[in-house]
Amino acid sequence: MKSTIENIGSSIVLSIERLGFAIRLFFDCFYWLFFGRKYKQKLRLAQVAEQVRVIGFDALPIVIALSFVVGVMLSIQLLYSFADFGAESQVLLAIAKSVTREFSPLIIGIIIAGRSGAALAAKIGSQVVSQEIDALRVMGVVPVRYLVLPPLLGLIISMPLLILVADFMAILGGAFFSIESLDMSLMAYMSESFDVLAINDITQGLVKSIVFGVIIALVGATTGFNVTGGAEGVGKATTTAVVASIATIVVADMIFSYFLTQAL
Amino acid sequence: MSKDLIKIRKLVTHYGERKILDGVDLNVEEGEIRVIMGGSGSGKSTLLWHIMGLYQATSGSISVLGQDLDKLKFHEKHELLRKIGVSFQNGALFSSMTIGENVAFPLTEFTELDENTIRIISRMKLEVVNLGGFQKLMPSQLSGGMIKRAALARAIVMDPKLLFFDEPSAGLDPVVASEIDDLILKMRDAMGMTMVVVTHELDSAFKIADKITVLDQGKILLTGTVEEVKNSKIQRVQDLLERRARNDTVDPEEYLKRLTQENYTIS
Repeated sequence: MKSTIENIGSSIVLSIERLGFAIRLFFDCFYWLFFGRKYKQKLRLAQVAEQVRVIGFDALPIVIALSFVVGVMLSIQLLYSFADFGAESQVLLAIAKSVTREFSPLIIGIIIAGRSGAALAAKIGSQVVSQEIDALRVMGVVPVRYLVLPPLLGLIISMPLLILVADFMAILGGAFFSIESLDMSLMAYMSESFDVLAINDITQGLVKSIVFGVIIALVGATTGFNVTGGAEGVGKATTTAVVASIATIVVADMIFSYFLTQAL
Repeated sequence: MSKDLIKIRKLVTHYGERKILDGVDLNVEEGEIRVIMGGSGSGKSTLLWHIMGLYQATSGSISVLGQDLDKLKFHEKHELLRKIGVSFQNGALFSSMTIGENVAFPLTEFTELDENTIRIISRMKLEVVNLGGFQKLMPSQLSGGMIKRAALARAIVMDPKLLFFDEPSAGLDPVVASEIDDLILKMRDAMGMTMVVVTHELDSAFKIADKITVLDQGKILLTGTVEEVKNSKIQRVQDLLERRARNDTVDPEEYLKRLTQENYTIS
């Protein structure tokens, strides 16, 4: 009994510690972004461009494929449920709004957390284990500036771009399945979809995606830096990074959905 | 009168609750090769980490290249670190970069030199450590001795005044270990670097050292030339030289406590 309470207590302390670490990382990153040049700790643009390529461009095929499938899936479900009310014509509106406001950011967030969050945790974790981080520090390189800032910026740039692609592909997927039941042409479906969308629908998705990008970078880096216990520790950290960032993304999604819909 | 590049006064450090260094005093003069020797757990690596300013000491003062580490601001410390080269026990090369990129890394990070100059400088340093032509290989393709030499090339690429070695010959066969020792001597003579070498290899220590500091359980037993250490009358030093196991007398009460007490931590 005593040890159970002890375990709960220590895991709470640990999560608060990690949270603090992540917040510190976030502010450190922006400190080095703006003041790094002054202290010979400047950010290399080539590094950020490379991250955008790895995080954003390389993820395009899977993002395109999965968001199309999500669009098809939504139209199957919505056509079925709306048929009870005879409201099939509203499927177009429902898909357009739900995809841009909710599904694109969430699905892309989960994909990128699995791809890039895990990779970041594994990379930093293995560098901790092999003393590469210490090597950076004794050379006078600030590890956060060199290892965390580029992927953080890469995610902040890539996520919104991926969302725009995903929005388009999911609506196309919805169209692909529902034009027959709705008796519309593909072009008419697409242009009508863009007509019903307000600017706010798109921006809500983009804002969320930037937040998710920051979460993925911070959770990945935090678990990476806190790796202990050799190669096995790196493996554990990778799993933790994916699970923790997806969990945080889902919760953050709910919070942001609430506030972003309240405001308007 | 040569000046001291490293000056340590009454350094006390803890790792958690455990005391690691207990009142260490150390002076390293310009141009000398100082070997810090001691068994495992004597605190010799810890001492090295403290001189590089990576850990916070409990008390005492450390001055490196004439600058007091405690009084340095964050940026000044980084400035200082760029004047120091470090060669790690396991090399700590960046595994995602080639040998050439590893060696060139400090130059690309801290200088505004163009690509060609950086390439020439880094290849020159690879030549110094007899790794000319290996720049395209990845660290995983090198042997243990080659990794140490590549790490050495990276450590000297910025032409530091002060060079630290953590166990240069650990895990190497005697021939390769002796090559590394020769390299250390060659570099001191050619470039006039001051070096601090942490090692537990006696042969290597006697070969390269100008002065040896023997560390045991966080205290300095003796600092002297190779001859002085060899002729020392101190029991623990002789034990180390003759590779005898420590034969401390067991305190029965303490022993019982260690075995039975639930939350026992060594103090």
